[in-house]
Amino acid sequence: MGGFPILTVMTFLPLVGALLVMLVRSATTGGRQGNGAAESGKTVLLAGVIISAATFVASVAAFVSFDRGQAGYQLVEQYAWYGPISFKLGVDGLSLSLVLLTTFLTPICLLASWNSIEKRVTEYVIAFLVLETFMIGVFVSLDLVLFYIFFEAGLIPMFLIVGIWGGKDRVYAAFKFFLYTLIGSLLMLIAMVYMIIAAGSADFEVLEKFAFAPEVQTWLWLAFAASFAVKLPMWPVHTWLPDAHVQAPTAGSVILAGVLLKMGGYGFLRFSLPMFPDASHLFQPAMFALAVIAIVYTSLVAWRQTDMKKLIAYSSVAHMGFVTLGIFSFNETGVQGAVFQMLSHGIISGALFLIVGVVYDRMHTREIAAYGGLVNRMPIYASFFMLFTMANVGLPGTSGFVGEILTMVGGFAAASWAAAGAALGVIFSAVYMLTLYRRTVFGEITNPALQGIKDMNLIEWVCLAPLAVLTLLFGVAPNLIFNLTDSSSLRILSMMAGGQ
Amino acid sequence: MLDFTSILMTVAPELWLALAGLTGVLIGAVFGERFNSLSFKFGALSLFGAAALAAIHLNGGEAFGGLVRTNAFVNFAKVFSFVLAGIALFVSEGFLKRHETSRYEYALLTIFASLGMGIILSAADLMTLYMGIETLSLSSYVLAAFHRDSARSSEAGLKYFVLGALASGMLLYGASLVYGFTGTTSFAGIAASGMSTGTMFGMVLMIVGLAFKISAAPMHVWTPDVYEGAPTSVVAFFASAPKLASTVVFANVLFTVFGAAMDQWQLIVAIIAGMSMIIGSLGALTQTNIKRLLGYSSIANVGYALVAVAAGQEMGAPALLTFSTIYAVTSLGLFAGVLAMRRRGGMVEGISELGGLARTKPVLAVTLSVLIFSIAGLPPFGGFFGKFEVLRAGLDAGLMPLAILVVIASVISLGYYLRLIKIMWFDEPTERFENVDVSVMMTVVLSAIVAGIVFLVFISELGTGGWASFAAAGLPR
Repeated sequence: MGGFPILTVMTFLPLVGALLVMLVRSATTGGRQGNGAAESGKTVLLAGVIISAATFVASVAAFVSFDRGQAGYQLVEQYAWYGPISFKLGVDGLSLSLVLLTTFLTPICLLASWNSIEKRVTEYVIAFLVLETFMIGVFVSLDLVLFYIFFEAGLIPMFLIVGIWGGKDRVYAAFKFFLYTLIGSLLMLIAMVYMIIAAGSADFEVLEKFAFAPEVQTWLWLAFAASFAVKLPMWPVHTWLPDAHVQAPTAGSVILAGVLLKMGGYGFLRFSLPMFPDASHLFQPAMFALAVIAIVYTSLVAWRQTDMKKLIAYSSVAHMGFVTLGIFSFNETGVQGAVFQMLSHGIISGALFLIVGVVYDRMHTREIAAYGGLVNRMPIYASFFMLFTMANVGLPGTSGFVGEILTMVGGFAAASWAAAGAALGVIFSAVYMLTLYRRTVFGEITNPALQGIKDMNLIEWVCLAPLAVLTLLFGVAPNLIFNLTDSSSLRILSMMAGGQ
Repeated sequence: MLDFTSILMTVAPELWLALAGLTGVLIGAVFGERFNSLSFKFGALSLFGAAALAAIHLNGGEAFGGLVRTNAFVNFAKVFSFVLAGIALFVSEGFLKRHETSRYEYALLTIFASLGMGIILSAADLMTLYMGIETLSLSSYVLAAFHRDSARSSEAGLKYFVLGALASGMLLYGASLVYGFTGTTSFAGIAASGMSTGTMFGMVLMIVGLAFKISAAPMHVWTPDVYEGAPTSVVAFFASAPKLASTVVFANVLFTVFGAAMDQWQLIVAIIAGMSMIIGSLGALTQTNIKRLLGYSSIANVGYALVAVAAGQEMGAPALLTFSTIYAVTSLGLFAGVLAMRRRGGMVEGISELGGLARTKPVLAVTLSVLIFSIAGLPPFGGFFGKFEVLRAGLDAGLMPLAILVVIASVISLGYYLRLIKIMWFDEPTERFENVDVSVMMTVVLSAIVAGIVFLVFISELGTGGWASFAAAGLPR
């Protein structure tokens, strides 16, 4: 294709940055310990923020050179690699929007770690930057093996992030996260190898045109779904998520909820629908049922939580249920809504985890009962919290509303019972989110330790303000996203309809 | 004398090694202990030289009236085995010195063991094959018992010898049955004379004998004990070079001698492969000794390699080469890592001793982690490509149940690989290890670079993937 390989640069920029950080640090630490270590930790974090911000700029550059009117993959770079595998990168509106979400959230995450991560900062920054490369790679790969490499390699830095910087049960959570995801992924690997043998190519564009026999599709679909359902996560394989979320450091939770979960939805849209259309139709009712169970059941579970992070984690599972509902409605409204919901949830749940992180850094507890009356001491915090609570509930005017209403409308067209079930979830989400808000923010200060708590500092402002702006902006002007993702959603649906 | 040159070139690596070994014996006889220190460099250089000789005559040829026949497939394995053996020798010296067993016999035995590897790889006749196996095995038994004052090491040597002799007996019995029913010992002759029931019996017995040598289940029981008891530097050698060579020989015998009977042996190999994967990965789960753990892990990995063999020559041969070379490199690096586990008062082998290694020895921890993730088959490291190739070969041959077993075993094995990672990265630091020998550290780092990154970049038509397909194409059809 010629031209500047912007996608390669964007993908590997964080990795190169991580290597630089590693080399510079090993060159400068001559057994320095104690006070100097904390000081240089800030420098490393700053370097991480700068590198990830540069990656964001690169992704914006990719966005600028992207032609929104055109369906199909753009900015394609392809190099021969090995056998049927090629190194092929490219984006359409769907993947580009998720890339932008990733590159946007990563610097915020690193910045949010400014005060909360004190030990082994260099390793932390390296892990985050490496993870960013793998996350971007997942969304820009146009080759099965390349996709798989990025998809699975991302487990390693996330495992370390949860396991080293996590909470009390971090080891259990890290193992559970890793093994759950791995089982799904390996089944997907078998399916991928089968597809490569059958189609003679690992190229997405070839595979999208290749018609697998319906009974083969069923198996391939199941193998892929095993991976994506764990990642999304869908009920009943969601149980790794509350553990991982609760134990992960704040920034780790943000990335988990913001980006890693989206890989599941992305996978369904990129593989299951266009490549296995017959099987997708076959499993539509089952997926609807699982989506509704996820929405209703996990909402109820969220209601009974006493841990703030766990509550938001379960709410994530419920919100991902809307994504499943939208994707498997197989109509334009539903799929568009699902894509929108993924992006909006990435912003809102990320923000909510940051919100929890703000008080956790001060009080070192996530028990809801330990809080109460925060509005008296932290008015600005309370306002931000209010905004994101409402967005999570799906109040009109916030981005949460657009995603939920569109997926439900799409779902209604496909199966009215599913939409009705999902609507229950909207009510429940109001119940648990408002309960959480009331019990932490309103009321009298009962915990004496809260008397001296300080309101948000500058860094927390810088982290949350952009997320708040985007939540409102996309709520009022959802077309900003639709303009970008429209053509690729339609393309997926047309491939499905034309699906032999 | 063109014919003579070609014969000479075909057997050059083995001739060279035999000469080097005998020269070493003479030097040792004359200079005695003064040769001890030099012998390791002498041995390593001889092995690298043999690798070079195998590499320049990669396409191979025939010698001694068909007793020896080489091709790119076996020469590829030869090059890697000799290089790995040389490196294993290189890392041994410091370890042996500290145990006051740094004697020149060690280097010479490694040379003779490698000579055996060369002979079995070149074998085109049952007699040659058996001679090579005995050369390799007898040297290995002595090596395993090299710490002669240590009860553990002697026990390992004895156990290895008794069981190994039994396996050799089975192999020999199988070979004699094959000879009895076909009337020839030449590979080509046996392949041409077709399968009778008697030949089949012979074939099965030979498979059993060879399976012992590569430590595939159910002939694997010696592996954890020998790995635990034998000196660590010896295990570093066992787990890399002879492992690679014998696995390739296993495939070579089945492909070239019994290629026509694939229907008959495919199921046997598939069962051995499945059992090895499951027994190896389950067995490793509860181990607390790092050498035992890696021993079980090597059983599981042989299982993956045998999936490629069961897939048949077309797809299996290149997959086997890719997988086994990456595995052998990784394995050598991991055992070199075990050599680095040294504190005041000697070597330690418990996996909990690695606690907090990321804080006390970051470079060692990072490189070992790369090696562990690679051997676990996680992308983007080299081991993933090995496993990917194995799966591709297996599925291409329609071995779906085996492919699913590969997945199950991989998940189980992650249980203990992740435990190692957890101990190194999450746990609180234990006492710092003593400084590591330069040669050991170099080996760990280099193998991590090769297994972790270089394979990733060069697994292309120009890199290992390409070499492996080229080499596999050298096998006669």
